[in-house]
Amino acid sequence: MASTTSIDTPPPPRAPQAEPPSASTSTGRAGDKIFSGLSKGSGILLLVIMASIAGFLAYRAAIAISKDEGNFLTTFDWNPSASPPVFGIAVLLFGTVVSSIIAMVIAVPIAVGIALFISHYAPRRLAAPVAYVVDLLAAVPSIIYGIWGALVLVPYLDGLNSWLDQYFAWTYIFDQTQPGVARNMLTVGILLAIMILPIVTSVSREVFLQVPRMNEEAALALGATRWEVIRLSVLPFGRSGVISASMLGLGRALGETMAVATVLSPNYLISLHLLDPGGGTFAQNIAAKFDEADEFGRDALIASGLVLFVLTLLVNGAARLIIARRKEYSGANA
Amino acid sequence: MKLQRKNGLRATALGALAVSGALVLTACGSDNNTPDGSGSKAPAASSAVCKDAKGQLLASGSSAQKNAMDLWVKNYMATCTGVEVNYKSSSSGEGIVAFNQGTVGFAGSDSALKPEEVADSKKICTGGQGINLPMVGGPIAIGYHLEGVDSLVLDAPTLAKIFDSKIKSWDDAAIKALNPDAKLPKKPIQAFHRSEDSGTTQNLGKYLGATATSDWKYEAEKKWPAPGGQAASGSSGVATQVKQVDGSIGYFELSYATSQQISTVKIDTGASAPVEATSENASKAIAAAKIKGTGKDLALDLDYTTKADGAYPIVLVTYEIACDTGNKPETLATVKSFLTYTASADGQKLLSEAGYAPIPAEINAKVRETVASLS
Repeated sequence: MASTTSIDTPPPPRAPQAEPPSASTSTGRAGDKIFSGLSKGSGILLLVIMASIAGFLAYRAAIAISKDEGNFLTTFDWNPSASPPVFGIAVLLFGTVVSSIIAMVIAVPIAVGIALFISHYAPRRLAAPVAYVVDLLAAVPSIIYGIWGALVLVPYLDGLNSWLDQYFAWTYIFDQTQPGVARNMLTVGILLAIMILPIVTSVSREVFLQVPRMNEEAALALGATRWEVIRLSVLPFGRSGVISASMLGLGRALGETMAVATVLSPNYLISLHLLDPGGGTFAQNIAAKFDEADEFGRDALIASGLVLFVLTLLVNGAARLIIARRKEYSGANA
Repeated sequence: MKLQRKNGLRATALGALAVSGALVLTACGSDNNTPDGSGSKAPAASSAVCKDAKGQLLASGSSAQKNAMDLWVKNYMATCTGVEVNYKSSSSGEGIVAFNQGTVGFAGSDSALKPEEVADSKKICTGGQGINLPMVGGPIAIGYHLEGVDSLVLDAPTLAKIFDSKIKSWDDAAIKALNPDAKLPKKPIQAFHRSEDSGTTQNLGKYLGATATSDWKYEAEKKWPAPGGQAASGSSGVATQVKQVDGSIGYFELSYATSQQISTVKIDTGASAPVEATSENASKAIAAAKIKGTGKDLALDLDYTTKADGAYPIVLVTYEIACDTGNKPETLATVKSFLTYTASADGQKLLSEAGYAPIPAEINAKVRETVASLS
C-alpha cells in the first residue's frame, strides 16, 4: 500500500499550471493529433488502471469479509486461516493512527524549525547544503530505515524507554508494563518521524520562501525583531502550506511498510502503553502475513489494505480541502 | 573530486541495498535453515539414477525444507542433465493446493495431509490418493542469551510457562531447580516468537501441547497463540533478537544457532541426561515416531514425550506429497527418480550438513520402498 500512498499524495502546492491549449488552437498537423491522442490515451489508461485496482481490491475484500466469523471492525485478532476464520482491523487501525500521530507530533515542529532555519536564519552558504541533506533523507529506501531502526535505534532507545518509564510512568502512556526491548509504538513513531521529516521540511521551506518580501519588510519597518517577523508575517502566510505538508507526511506515515515491519514486535492487543512491545499497523501486518498466507488469508489482507486505501484517501482529501479553503491567504502556493 | 565523492556514495548505497536485500530475503522465507553458504557448494556427482527421467518437474511447498531441496536439486541436476527440477518454496498450504490442482509433480509440506485434502487429491490421482513421504527432519533449537550462564537445562513445563509469560524472571524457582549450579540473575525473561505464520511455531506448539499438557493449553497453529512475549519476523529475525538482547529466549532451526553462535537450551526429557539440540539427537527422536498413515501413506506420529537417551524431542518433519497411483504419466519417472535420490543414503547424508536431520533408517527404508512402488 505504500506505493498507493505515494501515488495519491497531491503534488507539492505550486502555482496552478496554465490552462492547456484547447483543441481548437491545433493547427491540424499530424504531430498534434498523434500527441493529443497519446496524452489522452495515457490519461484514460491511468483511470482504467486505478478503477481496476479499486475493483479488484473491493471484490477480493468482499469475499474475505463475507466469510469472517469475527467482526471485521472490532475483532482483536488476525487469524484468517483458522476454522472458522476470525480477523479484524481494530488493532491495525489503532496502531496505524497512533504511530502516525506520534510521528506527526515529533516531526512537524522539527520540520518547521528546519524549514525556518533554511529560509530565514541560515546564511545562504549553509542553507543550500542543509536543504540538500534533508532532501537526501527522502532518498533512503524504507527498508534501510527499518534495518537501521532495528539494529541501531532500538538498542539506543532502550535507555530512553527506562528513563521515561521511571519518571513519567504517571502519564499512563509512558508506563512500561511488560519487559522488552524498545520494539514498540514509540520507536515506530520516532522512526516514522525521521522518515517523514524531509517531505514536511521541503514543502514548508518552499512555502516560507514564498512569503512576499513586502510583508516581511513591513514588519521590520515597524520595529519587529526577527522572531516577530516570523510570527507576524511568515507563519500566518505559511500556515496552510505547513498543514498540507504535514498531511503529505501523514500519508507516508500511514502507509509505511517495511520499516515498521522490521522494527515492531507485533501482537493483536490495543494498548496505550506506548513503551510495551506490541501493536501493529495495516501495512506492517500485510508485509508480515503475506508470505505464509493461503488464498483466503490473502483476501483478508487485501480487505485490510482496502481500509488503508480509504484512510489514505480521506487524509489526502482532508489535506486538499484545507488547502482549498486557505487559498485566499496564500495566493502563491495554493 | 565531487564526482568521486558521488560515486563513493552511490557504491555505499548499492552495497547497503544489497545487504538489506539479502536480509529481507532471509526474513521473508519462513524457515530457511541454512546460511546461503551451504547452498553454493559445487554440485557433487550424485548417485542419482536418471532412468527415464526427463523434461521439467515442478514442485512447490514448505519453505522449511527449502535449503535441503536446493542442495538436492543442484546435485540431482548435475547428474541427470536432461531434467529440470523446480521447487518453488512458498508454504505448505500453497504446495498442497497446487498439488491438488494438478499443477505440480509433488508438494512439500511440514504437516501431513488432512482428511479433506486427501479427499481432494483423489480427483488428481486417478485410482489413488495423495500420500505423505517423510523426507527431511530437523531439530528446532531453543536459543537463549543470558550473560554468565553458559549451559541451561529446561523441561517442557518450564518452557511452556516461559513462552506463556507465566515464568517472568530468570531466577524463578522452576529454572533454579533444573540448573542448581548456574548463577541465574534476577532479570526479566524476554521470550521471542515468530511474527508471521510458520510451521516452526506449529511444531513447537505440538511439542509443548503433547508434553506440557497442563501448562500449554493452546492449539498447535501456525500463528503464535499465546498473548505475551515479543515477536520478530522470520527465524533469522528471532535469532537476531536473541543474539542482541540479554535475557532473551527464542526458537529457530538449529542452523541459525550454529551460524550465530547462540547457546541452545538442553532439554530435560526424563532421559538419563539433558539432551542437546543436534542433528543426530533429532534423528533419534524421530526414530521413536510411529507411522500413523495407512497403506502407502507414511505420515508420522511423532513421539514428543520420548525419554530415550539422547533423543532431542523438539523436531519437525517435512513430507513430500505424491500420488500412490495415478501420478501424471509425463512426470512419473522423474518424480520417482528424484525422490529415490533424496531418500537414498547419499541424499540423506546431505541433510545433517545443512543443519537438518536425516530420517531414521527404519522409516527411510519404508520411504524408499514406497517411492519405488509409485505409479
